[in-house]
Amino acid sequence: MGRVILRSIAGAIPVVLLVTLITFGLMRLIPGDVSAALGGITSTTEEREQIRKNLGLDEPVHVQLLKWYGGLLRADLGRSHFLGKDVTTATFERLPVSFSLSLYALVITLILGIVSGILAALRQNTWVDQAAMMFALIGVSMPNFWLGLMMIVLFSVHLGWLPTGGYVPFTQDPIGWLRSTTMPAISLALLQVGLLARITRSTMLEVLRQDYVRTARAKGLPNYLVIGKHALANAMIPIITVIGIIVSLSVSGAVVTETVFSIPGVGQLLTSAILNRDYPMIQGGLLFVTLMLVGINIAVDVAYAWLDPRVRFERG
Amino acid sequence: MTLLSVRDLRVLFGTEHGEIAAVDDVGFDLAPGEILGVVGESGSGKSVTALAIMGLLPKPPSRIGQGSIHFQGQDLLQLGERDMRRIRGPGIGMIFQEPMTSLNPVFTIGDQLMETVRVHQHSGPKEQRERAVEMLARVGIALPARRLDDYPHQLSGGMRQRVMIAMALICNPKILIADEPTTALDVTIQQQILELLLDLRDELGMGIVIITHNMGVVAEMADRVIVMYAGKIVERAPVNELFERPVHPYTRGLLDSIPSLADERERLKTIPGTLPRPWALPAGCRFQPRCRWRVEACASTVPPLGPVREGHESACLRQQELAAE
Repeated sequence: MGRVILRSIAGAIPVVLLVTLITFGLMRLIPGDVSAALGGITSTTEEREQIRKNLGLDEPVHVQLLKWYGGLLRADLGRSHFLGKDVTTATFERLPVSFSLSLYALVITLILGIVSGILAALRQNTWVDQAAMMFALIGVSMPNFWLGLMMIVLFSVHLGWLPTGGYVPFTQDPIGWLRSTTMPAISLALLQVGLLARITRSTMLEVLRQDYVRTARAKGLPNYLVIGKHALANAMIPIITVIGIIVSLSVSGAVVTETVFSIPGVGQLLTSAILNRDYPMIQGGLLFVTLMLVGINIAVDVAYAWLDPRVRFERG
Repeated sequence: MTLLSVRDLRVLFGTEHGEIAAVDDVGFDLAPGEILGVVGESGSGKSVTALAIMGLLPKPPSRIGQGSIHFQGQDLLQLGERDMRRIRGPGIGMIFQEPMTSLNPVFTIGDQLMETVRVHQHSGPKEQRERAVEMLARVGIALPARRLDDYPHQLSGGMRQRVMIAMALICNPKILIADEPTTALDVTIQQQILELLLDLRDELGMGIVIITHNMGVVAEMADRVIVMYAGKIVERAPVNELFERPVHPYTRGLLDSIPSLADERERLKTIPGTLPRPWALPAGCRFQPRCRWRVEACASTVPPLGPVREGHESACLRQQELAAE
């Protein structure tokens, strides 16, 4: 097991380096820089030149890159041009917001997706199956920003049950947190419930045909053990892959959702950083996102090994 | 005394060709300690019969058309799923053809053995463990206590089939149904597994229904044999009688196609033609298109299963002639 983790981490290092290199290069390829935004519309060319000089943007690209990597080695991601604080501080302020929202959405996705997928598989070709798959199709097809807006119209504007946006930290007011994050979490989750439900259904159908499921029945095991233990434990192996993809998707989905519900999360932080050409913030923020995605992949690998003894023994 | 009594069993399957009978009018008895061999080609209805006894046929597409399966005084076909679960395991155990895929790959064999005990008997973890070790030892697995933590992929095919047998017998069933238990194994391992089943029968006294297409397995194991063809029983006899005086042309064909070591130059004998599709069964006797004793009446009359000699029945219009040969 330990070796599985080590191997995954070793494999992730080049990925992270490559991603930082690409984001660095891409941002420099886009015309314009932060000086116009910082100096204002009325600023002169000389003033902008001075701003560039102060921020070190006049140096050659490779020097800037090496400086950035040098900072990285000292765990220093630099200072945001705009926010007047360290990139690390700015990101860590926003992380709990995005993290709690994603986690909430993930819990909804997992419960709805797996339960409806299993029910659909067990009641294959009945109305339960068709209703679940219809729901899944709607979820997959509906743009989540539209769903978010519709929910705001219904629950906030007409019914007045929930706030239209904003964020209340959980530690401050759990009920307020629930009120502020439920609509965004649902709009984020519904996009992915469909995907998960469909994969769960097809995997379960496949697994239920397996000989070991028949063996479990032949032993006289009750249905909840046959389905909930013998079938599900095997079905989880492909489902975990999809959960990994879903978590990755929810990172990008969060950017849209945070905008629609004006939630001050990492997605919003990054969007404004990109619009302002706030290089250190973009670079640092994307590094965090990359690390998170890589972390998810490692978690999936570890989950495989945990779920499947064949993987565990072969690699470990 | 009869342990299991199957009467007039008819199993139907809904298919795109309409409803077809995979098992048609099958009946047999099994006594305690007796081994009944069920022989036939793939598709002859042997496995469907076994699954019907276990109540494991998927419904739909399958449906019991008629018949009864009496076990210890109750008709299994009338039992609900709850009661049927109490039969599977402590009443009737079953092992399958593919030991490679019949064990769940993600749980240890100890877990899979112990959960069977846990579900059927109210014993503590320690007793469950002891019982699992005892059963593994009984099916001839060395160092059984250590094997409990192994996963199926760490065991060979023969070992896995031993584990399957241990699992099927762990709740002391009165009957063991073995569906092609040795087909997927090496010849030497096949022999070991068959000997193990015979030993266990002597030791535990359960009745065994062994399903196979291998006449060698039948000769070695069975006390009595039924031969199935296209969902019907075509011949029923004690094993010696069947091998010495087979009557039905299909049985004769099966016995002829066993390769003999004596005349090694001879070509392997086969039965011409193939098993008919269940939705396109020939009229009259189902075997007649492939039969070299066919007469005109065979294509119009369905031959009933009737006595040839004491304890020997066959379903052929010309069985008296054939028996007299």
